[in-house]
Amino acid sequence: MPSETPQAPTTLLAEITHRCPLHCPYCSNPLELSRAQAELSGDEWKRVFTEARALGVLQLGLSGGEPLLRKDLESLVAHARQTGLYTTLVTSGLGLTRERAHRLRDAGIDHIQVSFQDSDRANAERIAGITSVEKKVAAAALVREIGVAFSVNVVLHRGNLDHIGEIIELAASLGADRLELANTQYYGWAALNRDALMPTRAQLDAAEPIVDAAVARYRGRMQIIYVLPDYYSQYPKACYGGWGSVYIVIGPDGRVLPCHAATQITSLSFDTVRDHSLEWIWRESPGFQAFRGDEWMREPCRSCPRKAVDFGGCRCQAFLLTGDARNTDPVCSLSPNRHVIDEALAVAAGIETTPAYTYRSMPPATAAGRAKAAIGD
Amino acid sequence: MALTARPRLWRLARLEFDPVRKRRVLLYPEGAMLLNDTGGEVLALCDGTRTVADIGAELGTKYNADVTMDVAAYLAKLVERELVHDAQ
Repeated sequence: MPSETPQAPTTLLAEITHRCPLHCPYCSNPLELSRAQAELSGDEWKRVFTEARALGVLQLGLSGGEPLLRKDLESLVAHARQTGLYTTLVTSGLGLTRERAHRLRDAGIDHIQVSFQDSDRANAERIAGITSVEKKVAAAALVREIGVAFSVNVVLHRGNLDHIGEIIELAASLGADRLELANTQYYGWAALNRDALMPTRAQLDAAEPIVDAAVARYRGRMQIIYVLPDYYSQYPKACYGGWGSVYIVIGPDGRVLPCHAATQITSLSFDTVRDHSLEWIWRESPGFQAFRGDEWMREPCRSCPRKAVDFGGCRCQAFLLTGDARNTDPVCSLSPNRHVIDEALAVAAGIETTPAYTYRSMPPATAAGRAKAAIGD
Repeated sequence: MALTARPRLWRLARLEFDPVRKRRVLLYPEGAMLLNDTGGEVLALCDGTRTVADIGAELGTKYNADVTMDVAAYLAKLVERELVHDAQ
């Protein structure tokens, strides 16, 4: 167990609902999605935001699912902003009317991030599993109209990486201040769809100079962030500065996680803000303590000088791919399990016809659930 | 940064005082930069109307020292990170 008190967290990602009109096969939400009736109430979320700010959180992401499906979103934003949090709305854009955009601005939203699936309309709608591009373009225009900081986010994968130049031009034409180009990370639905999503080395090699040139060309006008896929890296990613170091995710039902994928580590349990204060969960709860510091590490991490750089990589990925969350992230070239990554890359290289997606979807509703939903959320 | 430039914060950034860490902090999408006292004072003066020379003179008077070149070097680093722009 670590002896020192953890430092203050900086970032809270609040997944305020799992409901979403899109069905993206790369979604990082868990396969078992929370239903509307399990969601925290607006008052519960406000209490959590106040506690988070008092604990030292500076950045709040309001995410989902689609956060605009919460009718009380504007009041959550207003409360978050009153506490001083820098508040970002992470949205598909679907459901953003002019009236809601102006209400969000009046509530004090700092930053709105709108997702796009591709520059090619038909392909974008095939990926999202729904007709959505026209609404997204309209939403982008509304974000520009209200004048808050505007980011475009595109998750990259085998099915859109070849369009990266056009995707960058699309974001610029929409007037984005920032463009996040994030290669898929393989958790939740994305893990299920890995073979259909994994890009090839050739695709990544072709994309790199296009991104590099665009970063230079748009400097000062649109900031471009390009996140490489960790499967193709020699060393693992340093997940948010290490487990329980600066980052908190809270799911729709109030479960507090060190990472949005942590529910996949079935050997751990996580506490909810319905039962405990956020401060207790952050400082004391077994789920957050599990991989703080480096006492938990095994070889090759334990004696590795890079353990202070990448903290052994991602605990969720270690669990998903090796069955034990204490193992070195298998992405690491020093991991005895690196072969599981190389095998996945070999599969990607050998695929001629991309497999069909398993689209993100809610499980079939129970009769009781439908009755509750009919009464209202 | 040139002494005649008129620095202002990136449109996406917001300067706040953090009562938990008892320091000023620059907030922007996906990031936060904790500032020391002098860094916070410099950024609080980056309003797009004062020049780098103005800011240096103002802080120089306060601290009774010639800090203009330090201010210019500090702002140059933030320009490099796109957190500060020249308003001109």
